[in-house]
Amino acid sequence: MSVKVIRYSPWVMHFNAGACNGCDIEVLATLTPFFDPERLGVKLAPNPRHADIIIVTGALNKKAAERLRRLYDQTPSPKFVVACGACAISGGVFTGSYPLISRADKVVPVDVYIPGCPPRPEAVLYGIKKLIEKIGG
Amino acid sequence: MVVVEIPIGPQHPALHEPIMLRVRTEGEDVVEVSVNTGYNHRGIEKLMEKNSWVRGAYIAGRVCGICNAVHMQTYIQGVEKLMGVEPLPRANYIRTVVMELERIHSHMLISAVMAEIVGFDTLFMLIMRDRERVMYLKELVAGSRVHADIHTIGGVKRDIDEVRRDRMLSELKKVEERLKYYKNVYENDYTIAKRLIEVGVISKSDALRMSVVGPTLRGSGIKSDVRFEDPYAAYSEIPFNVVVRDKGDSWTRMMVRLEEALESVNIIRYALEKMPQGPAIPKTIPRSAKPGEVVSRVEAPRGELVYYIVSTGGSNPYRVKIRTPSFLNILNTTSVYLGHRLADVPIIFASYDPCISCTERAVVIDEKTGGRTYMSLRELARVKAL
Repeated sequence: MSVKVIRYSPWVMHFNAGACNGCDIEVLATLTPFFDPERLGVKLAPNPRHADIIIVTGALNKKAAERLRRLYDQTPSPKFVVACGACAISGGVFTGSYPLISRADKVVPVDVYIPGCPPRPEAVLYGIKKLIEKIGG
Repeated sequence: MVVVEIPIGPQHPALHEPIMLRVRTEGEDVVEVSVNTGYNHRGIEKLMEKNSWVRGAYIAGRVCGICNAVHMQTYIQGVEKLMGVEPLPRANYIRTVVMELERIHSHMLISAVMAEIVGFDTLFMLIMRDRERVMYLKELVAGSRVHADIHTIGGVKRDIDEVRRDRMLSELKKVEERLKYYKNVYENDYTIAKRLIEVGVISKSDALRMSVVGPTLRGSGIKSDVRFEDPYAAYSEIPFNVVVRDKGDSWTRMMVRLEEALESVNIIRYALEKMPQGPAIPKTIPRSAKPGEVVSRVEAPRGELVYYIVSTGGSNPYRVKIRTPSFLNILNTTSVYLGHRLADVPIIFASYDPCISCTERAVVIDEKTGGRTYMSLRELARVKAL
């Protein structure tokens, strides 16, 4: 199965789709040696074409949603999406605001949801680990 | 020579936020930069009109995750004025502690990101490691790492006890030590000096003309700080220095930030030691405000933050207008890039400490056409980014 290839070292790409930065600084903190994601083989990919996992944060607005779809299409298969934070899951405090799509799973298929406003770095790591387990790592 | 247009963003390894810089270059030299925003518009000002005064505070906090407590402070301070409520004295001190912790972590974050952009990855990782100490301190006082959500109308939601206070004081010592070390690195390191000195100079007159705020303004030699000019929370009772430097380049702006972070350590220490006794948590929270309007301003880590709140009575605000520091710092300074090399663009951009989620609320400004076009939302939805 093609998933085998990325089983041991999935690279993540982070896309901020209209977040308040809260999730982004926690994702950034997760990717530093203090929490050491590289023990799971996880590394920040600079480019969608190098990535296996896309971490989406933030309440998607219409303009960012187009971008997210494009980034998703640019990522080579097999690819996985992690929705990080309350906003990417359901819109969070911004629910009902006019420019928002509010949910990442309306735009791209989401594999793992990490709740929290914002989720702690440990939670982000746990979510990624769950995903790795899901794909058989 | 052929002019080449290079888009930087909205997804770019150096920028962790969705903004797009369209850079036109001749060879390696930048001839034009325009900023394309709109990836982070969440309709916050409209959303606040729909929600009650109390709920509005949480939305204000989520304008920006990095400087959430200052957003809450500005909003709550305005609402308190409208409602005629005086915050409790002890609560003012706790608010000050949270806001200053936020300033330290924000300044450390941009120092780390700047090191990463320069190519000094070790420094990035080191600063991020020590930033965790500040996050821990924030968790001690507010109960959560990022969104403090500690403000409430008339006071705060969590008091601080002796045990946690002593723990914070001992942890602060370590933070101060590390901050001094990083200041020394930024001051003396050869790599950093080569990339930052004389890059993106804003002269004193330009700074006033472009109406930049915060460390960008103070780095250009103008002493302006809301904490000093129009004291709020407990700043009128706490002695501190306003850091001013006058070279105006990217390096100076970073030095202003690092010195300010050290100043913040002193403010927190003073506030923790001299904190007045008494209650900090209000017994009741008023739910409605009298008709009126109020302008409330606060010094955020990036500069002056202004809220304009209109009430027509009742439980909801009639209008909340937010003017954030990054709005001025990013959009007014596109001319600074001109004449620099392409590789300097992310450095100059980062030296303003841009906060995109702060910037985008009401209008979309497309500067590609030379002027500012205000787009309707339907147009916004149809615009393809490239």
